[in-house]
Amino acid sequence: MTTPTLVAPREVFGKTLLYMGRKDPRIVVLGADLNKSTGAWAFMQEFPGRSFDLGIAEQNMMSMAAGFAASGKIPVTTTFAVFGTGRPYDQIRLSIAQPRQNVKIVVTHAGLLTGEDGMSAESIEDIALMLALPGFTVAVPSDGPETDAVVRAVLTMEGPAFVRLPRAALPVIHRDGFSFRLGKAETMRPGDDVAIVACGALVAIALAAAEHLAREGVQARVVNLATLAPLDEEGLAQAARETGAVVTAEEHFIRGGLNSVVSQALAARAPVPVEAVALRSYGESGKPTELFEKYGLTPANIVAAAKRAIARKR
Amino acid sequence: MSELKDLIARSRWSATHASANGTAKVPPTVADLADIASVVRKNILVMTTAVNSGHPGGSLSATDALVTLYFKYLRYRPSEPAWPSRDRFVMSKAHASPVVYAVLAEAGFFPREELLTFRRIDSRIQGHTHIKTPGVEFSGGSLGQGLSFGLGIALAARLDGAAHRTWVMLGDGECDEGQVWEAAMSAAHYRVDNITAIVDRNNGQNDRHTNEAMGLEPFADKWRAFGWEAIECDGHDIASLAAAYDTALAVKGKPAIVIAKTVKGKGVSFMENNMAFHGKAATMDELRQAFDEIDAAMRRVAV
Ligand SMILES: Cc1ncc(C[n+]2csc(CCOP(=O)(O)OP(=O)(O)O)c2C)c(N)n1
Repeated sequence: MTTPTLVAPREVFGKTLLYMGRKDPRIVVLGADLNKSTGAWAFMQEFPGRSFDLGIAEQNMMSMAAGFAASGKIPVTTTFAVFGTGRPYDQIRLSIAQPRQNVKIVVTHAGLLTGEDGMSAESIEDIALMLALPGFTVAVPSDGPETDAVVRAVLTMEGPAFVRLPRAALPVIHRDGFSFRLGKAETMRPGDDVAIVACGALVAIALAAAEHLAREGVQARVVNLATLAPLDEEGLAQAARETGAVVTAEEHFIRGGLNSVVSQALAARAPVPVEAVALRSYGESGKPTELFEKYGLTPANIVAAAKRAIARKR
Repeated sequence: MSELKDLIARSRWSATHASANGTAKVPPTVADLADIASVVRKNILVMTTAVNSGHPGGSLSATDALVTLYFKYLRYRPSEPAWPSRDRFVMSKAHASPVVYAVLAEAGFFPREELLTFRRIDSRIQGHTHIKTPGVEFSGGSLGQGLSFGLGIALAARLDGAAHRTWVMLGDGECDEGQVWEAAMSAAHYRVDNITAIVDRNNGQNDRHTNEAMGLEPFADKWRAFGWEAIECDGHDIASLAAAYDTALAVKGKPAIVIAKTVKGKGVSFMENNMAFHGKAATMDELRQAFDEIDAAMRRVAV
């Protein structure tokens, strides 16, 4: 196997935002003193008049974004995942979600991949928070090319959207210019013994797990679920029916994230055994690889979960 | 790594006078405090370079204010961190954890060698302060919340008739957060005078200088308008800090805040006023240069 190229999704976001900003003058960018870290800096340098750094004031940023949207602009708010979801949650709910304002929230530094900054910075609840808002599009891209596609898609759709990115670089698993559809599950690898449904950084890890399983004679399908809302219920049900067992894999607390939405959809449409690879506690400081090891987000954890799911098939 | 272990510094005062329970210690002189501050600066640099991450800039600016506080004002027992009568220190700008850990180690809360576990897996000393570290009162990392937390402690002490004081350190960028001003209003409303806030007014935040990111001035007058006694001082001069703390402690019937005018990255020429070192560690070569500069500054003080 060749070593995959590593690309930081937040850097891709910065480039795509600049590209889209050049094409669409309605795009304005709001930040909260983390613009050099999120990727927004390039846009802010080129378009100072359409850029608003609010300092460390995320609640103000979200309500202001709603005002921009109500005036026909396409505001993009950027900060770290914890400060872009939990901190200004009521502002997002009241001023963005309920009136369906066309605000795009793009957060970086989500999950354990934030590493050394530790527990406070490692957002592991943000997907749950955003999925709890009716009508919000929630996307978790798995690599650089998919980040580009997701950012383009949310900037050209109407309505509130949330995009979750990590701090770290991720292996590139999509070809540039691959065909992306918001709201569609994507089969990354065929297989009929078990389906591994993953999002974000866990998709590449799921692919590694599937290779391992293949060496043991187990054919695992890998499904990349980059859009958690709206949910591709039919795509998921089909994968469940064709494989009979599902593993979900995510860099998020076990409740309220990928495992919850997938289990909920399958319980209604195609009940099969579902095993989870997800976080069960808060994290801590450490190197991302060490944290994935300690908190159970490795290919080996997925392999074990796949075997448990298959064993539960009737 | 072993080389860095040898670089961990120890103050001459703590080597001779610090006692395990912190009660019978000989108070450090102003010269001792300057020596402790230089040791704390070195250990901030060692621990961040060792893990190649962390926040040196806002740690170095806060060093003199915290050393003066911990070794001249606060009452605590290093061997009994939960001693009920201890004064409470709340580090609201919890990313500046290196200065907290270096000070706590110097005060005897845990071995200095433990500083090298900073930000590493399974460590007691986390990237942002967390109460699992002996001596840490507040789990932080999301700015703007510490003053409210401190107010809760101060009002609980009032309810209990307890004599301990609460001190809260804020960043100036942190004061962009609306919650800081909600807390400011509440403190004045409840006439809380057993709390002292300190702002590390280093004019820097993450991306830029504070005046570029979000204007704060007239800063002291804002606090005054919110009902606080605001005292400005030179945050790198121990006598000036001590005078400001004394003034703050004498204020009755309303809260007081010390606005310590500081320099981000203070003591290390290439870090001073350089936002790049807000959240970036020095290289090994830079660390050696920084040590030379800190030693040279100490020799000047000694003369
Ligand atoms: C609510 C919140 N938003 C953003 C951040 C990210 N952040 C960490 S430090 C920092 C700058 C802090 O500036 P300041 O308070 O002046 O601290 P100092 O310059 O003294 O380090 C930012 C924006 C945070 N920790 N919390």
